[in-house]
Amino acid sequence: MTNVKGEKKKKKVKVININADKCNGCRACEMICSAFHAAPKYSSNNPARSRIKIIREPLKDVYVPVYAGEYAVAECSGRDKYTIDGKEYEECAFCRASCPSRSDFKEPDSGLPLKCDMCEGEEKPLCVKWCMVDALTYEEREEEIEEEEKPEDIETGLESLANKYGLQKIIDAVARMSQKG
Amino acid sequence: MRYAETGFNLEIDLSRGSIERVATDPRETELYLGGLGTNAKIMWDRVPPETKPFDPENLLIFGSGLLCGTPATGCNRTIVTTISPQTLLMAFSMMGGFWAPELKYAGYDKVIFRGKSPELVYLWINNDKVELRDASHLKGKGAGETAELIKKELKEPKAQVAAIGLAGENRVYFASIEQGRSSASRGGIGAVMGDKNLKAIAVRGTRDINIARPDEFMDLCKEVLEYIKFRNDNPIPGVMPILAGLGSPQEMKVHDEKWHTENFMWGNSRTRIKDFWNEKIAAEWMETLDKMRRRLISCYNCPMTCGATIQPPGLPTYMMKCFTKLTYTMAAMSDLEFGLGIAQSATEYGVDGFSAPQVMAFALELYDAGILTDKDFPGMPADNNGRFYWLLDRIVRREGIGDVLANGTYWAAQEIGNGAEKFAHNNIKKHEQLPLKLSMLNPIYFLMYCTGEKINITQIEGQFPQAPFVTREEREAFVKDWFQVPDEKFKQIFLDWEPRGEKSMPFYPNVQMCCDIVDWQERMHYIDDALGMCSGLSSFPLKPPYHIHNYPKFISSGAGIDMDEEKLTMAARRYRALVRANNIRRGMRRKDEKPPEDHWKKRFPELEKDLMDTYYKFKGWNDQGIPTRESLHEMDLDFVYEDFVKRGILTDSGDSSSKETPAEK
Repeated sequence: MTNVKGEKKKKKVKVININADKCNGCRACEMICSAFHAAPKYSSNNPARSRIKIIREPLKDVYVPVYAGEYAVAECSGRDKYTIDGKEYEECAFCRASCPSRSDFKEPDSGLPLKCDMCEGEEKPLCVKWCMVDALTYEEREEEIEEEEKPEDIETGLESLANKYGLQKIIDAVARMSQKG
Repeated sequence: MRYAETGFNLEIDLSRGSIERVATDPRETELYLGGLGTNAKIMWDRVPPETKPFDPENLLIFGSGLLCGTPATGCNRTIVTTISPQTLLMAFSMMGGFWAPELKYAGYDKVIFRGKSPELVYLWINNDKVELRDASHLKGKGAGETAELIKKELKEPKAQVAAIGLAGENRVYFASIEQGRSSASRGGIGAVMGDKNLKAIAVRGTRDINIARPDEFMDLCKEVLEYIKFRNDNPIPGVMPILAGLGSPQEMKVHDEKWHTENFMWGNSRTRIKDFWNEKIAAEWMETLDKMRRRLISCYNCPMTCGATIQPPGLPTYMMKCFTKLTYTMAAMSDLEFGLGIAQSATEYGVDGFSAPQVMAFALELYDAGILTDKDFPGMPADNNGRFYWLLDRIVRREGIGDVLANGTYWAAQEIGNGAEKFAHNNIKKHEQLPLKLSMLNPIYFLMYCTGEKINITQIEGQFPQAPFVTREEREAFVKDWFQVPDEKFKQIFLDWEPRGEKSMPFYPNVQMCCDIVDWQERMHYIDDALGMCSGLSSFPLKPPYHIHNYPKFISSGAGIDMDEEKLTMAARRYRALVRANNIRRGMRRKDEKPPEDHWKKRFPELEKDLMDTYYKFKGWNDQGIPTRESLHEMDLDFVYEDFVKRGILTDSGDSSSKETPAEK
């Protein structure tokens, strides 16, 4: 499908707003997430299977609800530590990935990665429904986006190489590389 | 498959260091549900009255409620049961927080300790892997500090830790077990944990809890959440703010403390300060609370934010809830800044927030009266705040006079003698009570104070308004959506109840009505304690989301046990009788069932006798408070009767033996 440049398209965006200042640390979100995703639905619950987790350190006033995102094959080579408002957050606190460096966002028995699916089929994600202190709120909005043809990543990279070395050098290099197989 | 419960207990013999995983009998669940119910049965079966609190044979049971770990909102309580060193009776103090659900997710319903460890240890439960670990490096550490150190050394930040502080280690008779934002404080169960050389229990679980009929169960859960929202938006008019909503009294939220500070007693439950609250104090206390309170927090799977993290200037952050906010302040005749500050030490030491301040105020009263003298208080500072800090340190270390005071006001007074007994004036069954002194007898409260075996008024009262509403219109409005009543007659009693005149206290509600009301109030607490439900969403507040009509459905669809109101009421009666049977076997009798003598100024001896006679009969107890042969038979508790006969407590004909068993020592 080709788009005429400048054509407007409507896109539904699902947003969970996370207000960590309102989190009471009760973990109802973890419980209901795991219950909803049990098979059959609600037949069991187990927060360790949840696709949301609360990083909760009451004595340091650290409360961070985090959702499971993409699976990562490898762990990061470096780690970050955040300090916000004088509170220090652990290295992987804000990361959504299910990755080899930690047990979060994996099925506890099989180790298979978990990912938030916004509770498909429900009017809103259940973690939001069960969060009565409004740390989690849900919003669905339609965004009009202007579709434009974006240059592919590789083109951007090549362009910068061409600027540096000249286009001919790059063509030569590519030819040499392809001959080697 | 077992539903709601796991079907397994952990049996830990601390003397031998052995750990067993034991399957439980599902028939016991049908009869006694779980939590307090099954705890009481285990105590009956395995702890005879000859066993003393600090004998290795005394058990220390950490029981989760039947519905803990299910999606039922607010169901997170651990019921800790043992023989109390203070009352010498069965104690069943409870805590909210996160521990019980985590235990369930690890695959166990209870942890049962027996024996005594030769060295200080802690237990680490990580699903199937359960081990006793050396805790010598944790000796003397605070309860909260211990929890943090254990999570760090296990590299398990998600572990939930229940721990004792110095008070428990030193067997202080009002030592608590602290955990999360909660604590099991009453009855000195922390002392039994310390006696067993058990510093803490850490638990982490990543297993499923199953539900028998999920769709039905979830519909009930959703109804409860909806009703909580409704109640939060619609506080009950005509009652004071802390009784208008759900949850524990919202002490961490409210700034206005006029009612508590002017109606509760200061010092050693002595002084009422009728015009205490003024604008200046209101402003100062508001500043104090706003400055120290970091966040309102909750227990597991509960939206009620009854607790808070508190950071006193220059001290570590700790977690607080409910009325401990004021107990130190009022006992020391001081201010909120002092109260919130000393509570940090008290929480780390692990002492009960009701008993500890009263014990210290009691000591200072004895000092003022000349019964204790300067030589009992070497080096004590002159200022009142300083004295409280000094006394707290002596008590938890059991140093000097602290060693005497560490046994609570009843036993300390016995030991000090010389008239000190008069100063231990606020006890029931040797246990310190809320600092309340009132004018005219309230017959409903009279029965609750006398017969409550948790020996704590907040753990038996609730559901029924504490006082009549002034106008008929207000009453009619109140009963209109009062669907929680087990029987319509309660509405009529309330409608007819007047502040003065013929249908007013103490003769209305009449004796039989009082029995019905107290029985309902107590029943709901006992059900909560078996299911692991927080009384703040059930038995304590007016018009709660959990009640006698939806509980049977929760149990049927959650645990897969067929249940209706009648069967649930019978189960609650059954284990309530077992609690009593345990205590009867330990010598508790009618003479022990009385409020503090000065609780009410205006007493009615004839009415009181009538109330007790009628209530005992109503409960199926004889005139000494002993469950009768007939009532035990009705509840399938014939084995209790047989034991009573064997011990000479009842005769073959079902009467009380003439032999007097002394509970007082």
